[in-house]
Amino acid sequence: MTAPSTDTPAVSAALALGDDALVLSHRLGEWMGHAPVLEEEVALANIALDLLGQARVLLSMAGDEDELAYLREERAFRNLQLVEQPNGDFAHTIARQLYFSTYQHLLYARLAAGDGPFAPLAAKAVKETAYHRDHAEQWTVRLGDGTEESRTRMNRACAALWRFTGEMFQPVEGVDVDGAALEAEWLASVADVLRRATLDLPEGPRSGAWTAGAGRQGLHTESFGRMLAEMQHLHRSHPGASW
Amino acid sequence: MATAAAQQTARTQLGTGRDGTVGTVGTTDADDALARAFDAAVAADERIEPRDWMPDAYRATLVRQIAQHAHSEIIGMQPEANWITRAPSLRRKAILMAKVQDEAGHGLYLYSAAETLGTGRDELLDKLHSGRQKYSSIFNYPTLTWADVGAIGWLVDGAAITNQVPLCRCSYGPYARAMVRICKEESFHQRQGYELLLALSKGTPEQHAMAQDAVDRWWWPSLMMFGPPDDESSHSAQSMAWKIKRHSNDELRQRFVDICVPQAESLGLTLPDPDLRWNEERGHHDFGAIDWTEFREVLKGNGPCNEQRITQRKRAHDEGAWVREAAAAHAAKHTTGAPQA
Repeated sequence: MTAPSTDTPAVSAALALGDDALVLSHRLGEWMGHAPVLEEEVALANIALDLLGQARVLLSMAGDEDELAYLREERAFRNLQLVEQPNGDFAHTIARQLYFSTYQHLLYARLAAGDGPFAPLAAKAVKETAYHRDHAEQWTVRLGDGTEESRTRMNRACAALWRFTGEMFQPVEGVDVDGAALEAEWLASVADVLRRATLDLPEGPRSGAWTAGAGRQGLHTESFGRMLAEMQHLHRSHPGASW
Repeated sequence: MATAAAQQTARTQLGTGRDGTVGTVGTTDADDALARAFDAAVAADERIEPRDWMPDAYRATLVRQIAQHAHSEIIGMQPEANWITRAPSLRRKAILMAKVQDEAGHGLYLYSAAETLGTGRDELLDKLHSGRQKYSSIFNYPTLTWADVGAIGWLVDGAAITNQVPLCRCSYGPYARAMVRICKEESFHQRQGYELLLALSKGTPEQHAMAQDAVDRWWWPSLMMFGPPDDESSHSAQSMAWKIKRHSNDELRQRFVDICVPQAESLGLTLPDPDLRWNEERGHHDFGAIDWTEFREVLKGNGPCNEQRITQRKRAHDEGAWVREAAAAHAAKHTTGAPQA
């Protein structure tokens, strides 16, 4: 199956937001058993579980959660390219969390305040994403203002992921928020965290011909297909089975 | 040695024993009185607490056992985490992630319990990484199919619960209290594992075969989790006298077999033991001989995954060193500076 054929704005939006949460949850799940301290095994798993919970609600709004997660091809996924980026080192994971959880928290705060189809989900998710954002901000500051090595790694990670951040503010059909205002607030917040972390605000472009809005159109980066192959393999090997 | 240092601290802090004995540091009479108070407390089923006097060997046994238990939780994350990225439905993926997260949490409780005995988490992890402390032999077996996740929940967590429920009454308070919390979560995991296997057993023929194959591979290693037979168990007698252990290895193993047989029947799966049958006279199931050679080989480090498990654990620790150093450096910068008015 490719994208659901009955694409209404609400379905498109549920897929976009649901895929973000699903894919990032999967990436965080890859950390389990590999985290630098036990407390982070717990924290990263906790965030992954919150995101998976959001993904299940959102995908269920668009169709059958398992069909959508396990039987779509890469080109039918609508997630941001940011969330599919490989974990890299802990700094890379934290930079991805900082960029995404700040966006998600600001977005859900707006959706929770409205009366659209996502308001009930957003009311719960805004509390979870506040925690995710706090976790990412604290680690950004710790790593930035930690040792020479941790600052170097954190600067490198923030710069490497910067070009994927513009996509978050492209309009998404069915998501009724003011993208420009969201972006301004996001930039101010991230810049403040990086300043407190004694880190450099990356200077490169935040979008390019390929990255701008590409994930939302089903155009992904190369590692994503491999991630899906692993995620979907067992489910696809037993067509029609229930688990 | 950390335990000796802690012993000294405990005595210095003691002042008065639980029975009112005055603990004058360093005299034999006082030590005798403390030992008598300890024995009386154990006999009366009272809890020994961190600041109470305790025999060095009691402390050492507890450190060994609690550390091994903590290490098992941490290493035990690996065989299951192996399937997180391949879980076949989002519901199962959420359940598995929550379970592995719980295991990290159990490791944290248990390291804290061990620390009340005067050791430190870093020291214990170091002993795990260098092979001076062990973890449960079961986690040296590989998870080859999705059904293994269910078999681990049903059999491995089932065996762990059988072992651990009596530890909720262990004479050492912090360990007993950690076990109360852990056992609640473990029973939940065990039911989830059973339910996973049931879904497979009642599913397609391929799923049923997958479930049976997993049970065939995990059954005997699960029976080995109870440790060597009673006549070869070096720590048992003393641990039972101290009320750290409440039942012998063989008693617990028998209890586990008796619980599993009817559960396997309701799962629609068989247990891979031709000698397994009900013994009317004993009121228990007889079962076949365990391959103790395999058990000893796994304990010696020659199991299928020993090398892989420790290597991954050490890699996570080593690759995380810069993160821990950064956190420590950051904390130092922000706690030792001039007070902020």
